[in-house]
Amino acid sequence: MSHFMSVLGLWMSVFFTFSIFSFLYKDNPFYKLAEQIFVGLSAAYWLVYLFYSIMLPNLFTKLISDFRGNIILLIPAVLGLMMLMRIIPKTQWLSRFPIAIMIGTSAGISMVRYAKSDLLSQISATMINPFAGETTSIVIGNFLLIIGTICGVYYFYFSKKQEGISAVPSKIGIWFLMISFGASFGYTVMARVSLLIGRLEFLLKDWLHIIN
Amino acid sequence: MKRNLPLFFAFFCGILVIVSEFIPHRPFSMLIDTLQNWFMIISGFAIILGQISLFQSNLSKIKQKESGWIFYLAGLLSFCLMLIVGLLWGTQETGGIFGHGLKLQASLGAKPFDYLFDFAYMPLSATMFSLLAFFIASAAYRAFIIRSFESNLLMITAVIVILGRTSFGGMLTAWVPESYKFWQLPNLSDFIMEFPNSAAQRAIMISAALGIIGSSLRIILGIERSYLGSDK
Repeated sequence: MSHFMSVLGLWMSVFFTFSIFSFLYKDNPFYKLAEQIFVGLSAAYWLVYLFYSIMLPNLFTKLISDFRGNIILLIPAVLGLMMLMRIIPKTQWLSRFPIAIMIGTSAGISMVRYAKSDLLSQISATMINPFAGETTSIVIGNFLLIIGTICGVYYFYFSKKQEGISAVPSKIGIWFLMISFGASFGYTVMARVSLLIGRLEFLLKDWLHIIN
Repeated sequence: MKRNLPLFFAFFCGILVIVSEFIPHRPFSMLIDTLQNWFMIISGFAIILGQISLFQSNLSKIKQKESGWIFYLAGLLSFCLMLIVGLLWGTQETGGIFGHGLKLQASLGAKPFDYLFDFAYMPLSATMFSLLAFFIASAAYRAFIIRSFESNLLMITAVIVILGRTSFGGMLTAWVPESYKFWQLPNLSDFIMEFPNSAAQRAIMISAALGIIGSSLRIILGIERSYLGSDK
């Protein structure tokens, strides 16, 4: 039985793989079917994952094992239920309270976190002595790091129209951004191609046994 | 009450988190831990709300027999199947309502949830994302034919990074003498990643942080209130 189910599973994987790849030719019913199944499966996967990793250990298990000791957890539980009230039009306004708490908390957390890790630490990391490098390439690199950061930040300054001489740092900033986008593009290409190789390997090795 | 009280809650929670950062002692340290725990639980309910909304939207499309309703039905069925097996027999680490389902495990070779994950979810997700390899190739072609200085800069960097991170790139420039080893593709790729790329990433991070701080302040002070929706 176990062998039959693993063979069935293999053929199911092959069917889904070909159904998705069929989109390269044109949109078709097989692709649409696989796409919707993917949406359904991933939604359920994350729901189950959420239930077992967040809701169960942080709320339900605590309330069931020691209700009196964790009675304060009824507050987020009620707030969560108020969030679900959004489904019913008449009680929709109740969801504003948990949303406001979530938005307020996340605004506070992000403000502090980004100010510390992204703003202050990045600025201090850029304040380096460019001549401190051991080799010429590091010294040049340090200069590029300082110039690129300053010009890049200047490019994102939209409060004043950038024209004439003030447009020069902005232009340099764009060049640095383009280099960074190129690097990210290269990494994305490599990641996607490795996924493609993985799928081809599955078809040729696990399914057809053409390669070892 | 329907508008002002939520605004006060947002203000109170936001200020509490910020104050606790500057006073990391009781009661603030305790309050912030509690608030973060609540935040996680409420977020869980928010995700459940999203899933219910997805379910309702698919159900209404099926009821109204919109074009392609059969595909939405397949999506809904797969959603229910994965959810039910996950809740009944659990996942790899945890047991479900019916425990670990050892008999089912013996016949399937894995838990039903893991079986669906391995043979349906995983191939679907890997193939879906690998499709992007083809579309990226066409995007690269379009970027090449624009032929501006910026697009060339992007493509040349991409090519150097791709070649520099593979053994083929190293092989291509292996003949470059040791005194000019900076020009070997792996070294050039490392240089790009370490300096110009870091500079641009820093600029993006600093600018984005400034934007996030600004919008967080607007939310905490109640200037930005679009998240409350309309009164209708």
